[in-house]
Amino acid sequence: MSTAGHGSDAAGQRPDATGHWGRFGGRFVPEALVAALDELADAHAAAMADDGFRAEFDAMLREYANCPSPLYEARRLSEAVGARVLLKREDLNHTGAHKVRNVLGQALLARRMGKPRVIAETGAGQHGVAAATAAAYLDLECVVYMGEVDTRRQALNVARMRMLGATVVPVDTGSRTLKDAINEALRDWVTNVDKTHYLLGTAAGPHPFPAMVRDFVRGIGVEAREQCLVATGALPDAVTACVGGGSNAIGAFHAFLDDAPVRLYGFEAGGDGMATGRHAASLTGGAVGVLHGARTYLLQDDDGQTVESHSISAGLDYPAVGPEHAWLHATGRADYRAVTDAEAMEAFALLSRTEGIICAIESAHALAGTMRVVPELAAALGRRPTVVVTLSGRGDKDMTTAGTWFGLLAEGDR
Amino acid sequence: MSVTAAFDRARAEGRAALVAYLPAGYPSVAEGIEAMRAVVAAGADLVEVGLPYSDPVMDGPVIQRATQAALGAGCRTADVLRTVEAVAAAGAPVVVMTYWNPVERYGVDSFARDLAAAGGAGLITPDLIPDEAGEWLAAADTHDLDRIFLVSPSSTDARLAATVARCRGFVYATAVMGVTGAREQTSQAAPELVRRVRATGTTLPVGVGLGVRDRAQAATVAGYADAVIVGSALVDALASGPARLTELTADLAAGIRTPLSPPPASI
Repeated sequence: MSTAGHGSDAAGQRPDATGHWGRFGGRFVPEALVAALDELADAHAAAMADDGFRAEFDAMLREYANCPSPLYEARRLSEAVGARVLLKREDLNHTGAHKVRNVLGQALLARRMGKPRVIAETGAGQHGVAAATAAAYLDLECVVYMGEVDTRRQALNVARMRMLGATVVPVDTGSRTLKDAINEALRDWVTNVDKTHYLLGTAAGPHPFPAMVRDFVRGIGVEAREQCLVATGALPDAVTACVGGGSNAIGAFHAFLDDAPVRLYGFEAGGDGMATGRHAASLTGGAVGVLHGARTYLLQDDDGQTVESHSISAGLDYPAVGPEHAWLHATGRADYRAVTDAEAMEAFALLSRTEGIICAIESAHALAGTMRVVPELAAALGRRPTVVVTLSGRGDKDMTTAGTWFGLLAEGDR
Repeated sequence: MSVTAAFDRARAEGRAALVAYLPAGYPSVAEGIEAMRAVVAAGADLVEVGLPYSDPVMDGPVIQRATQAALGAGCRTADVLRTVEAVAAAGAPVVVMTYWNPVERYGVDSFARDLAAAGGAGLITPDLIPDEAGEWLAAADTHDLDRIFLVSPSSTDARLAATVARCRGFVYATAVMGVTGAREQTSQAAPELVRRVRATGTTLPVGVGLGVRDRAQAATVAGYADAVIVGSALVDALASGPARLTELTADLAAGIRTPLSPPPASI
């Protein structure tokens, strides 16, 4: 089977030539970036049409990144949840998450474009580590922008990036977190665009980033679809994933868009609960606007100023979402709901205890949401549903958070 | 006064125009208005009122700090319109420089209507390219507002022509590849960009911004452009106090009246 499964099919007719899904997406950027975005869009289209590029990307995923990742039937979890649960084990990829697919694809593209330098933004550091990994692997200079608050919260990931040869730049503007790291990366890109590729970490941003990142991660769904057919003889009843910026979810969903009977569920970070206003659920709790280069749903106040997001999961703690999810939400093709910190942590514990898998807290949102929709699915179908749950990453990085949440740490370790 | 009238006056005096950027609400709404009136009194021909925004990707540290302070002090979109009204009443043409989301949130046509009612002349839109500007172009037509898009050294000839064709008032040429902020030297790319804009056949004035901070640089840019746009240096000056702001503005106004001849195209 094709390990990457990138490239566009019938569902890939979107976005249109100018990067729009309906009214979403597009390019809301300084004119200075348009030439670079055009160059990138051309390079992306040419690479997707080039068998040589696709073969090289496939080989990297297979030999280096440990893809295709297994689709694992979680029997004890299935019993607890009341559904046949198949876990798409992206946590077993090199660097421990689906993100390696995106960074390898973009780094390969950067090399193809003759750009010797890549820059990246990172929140908790996972994308930064992945970008630094790909840069080391493909011999590119790498600079990672990280909110100053996050560099302190995630000192270990800062060390990992530096170990891999990357330069980490703490960002002390704005709220000093992920969105400000993106702003700073965009400023770097405007200034150094001729030699630099902006290795964006999610399926968001100006065209062609949302479509390009999707194409690099859509192997998740291509693989899962084929693996599910082999394992069960049928398509799943539902595919679920967590949604922050939305790269693992669009990667999981995209191969199923034309499979009308397959329900798609995206679970956003509900933080302390939607009623508290402290959440990161831009689709279920935000409004349409423009941020970081695209028209999409975002958390904003009445004046259009971005509102800070809140989530126990750093990877979902972002006040906007990729434009293709905005489109799937607006058209109703995918169903988006919010999952609170508490629900996610409960699912995190359940998966640990039933399957011996400590997943990322991001991925625990997908599992928690799945547990909530299974009864609806079972009632609608009149039988036990089969659900593919995207386990986007592993949870080693989250053990301080989990240890504190569950009271597992000695006083001095907190 | 309209933007065109301000440029016509400068042209009649045989000089470039001085365009001064200051953010609304900095250090407070009232002091911001005073500062803008002061730069007009000291020789600015046109005022750009910045709308403070949470995610200013085109701005360097100086303007980021000032707009963040303005937001922190509670500056709202309504305060920006109030600022426009107060400065326009003082007699200078006023345009608003704004990132796009606050306008979209307000409602594009509503914003255009209220801006026009406040006496504003138009908008400079650093993250709205003409490709995405259909709604704004229609609203600008309805409310007779100038629309000033940015052009960049990296713009292709085809994009330059298309962008300039949709501008009204003037064309904003970003002199360097980078964010706002005073630089030791102004860009070598700027004269070439101005030449390329004019080669599209436009009769619109061309302003050059990003990097001008003193009289000598203003004189240099005035040698080849129709307007010298100054932002970060004025914000910095304002941070040092109103006296320093007036002094710098007067220096810049003197600079545009003593232009250096254009540098040779080969540089």
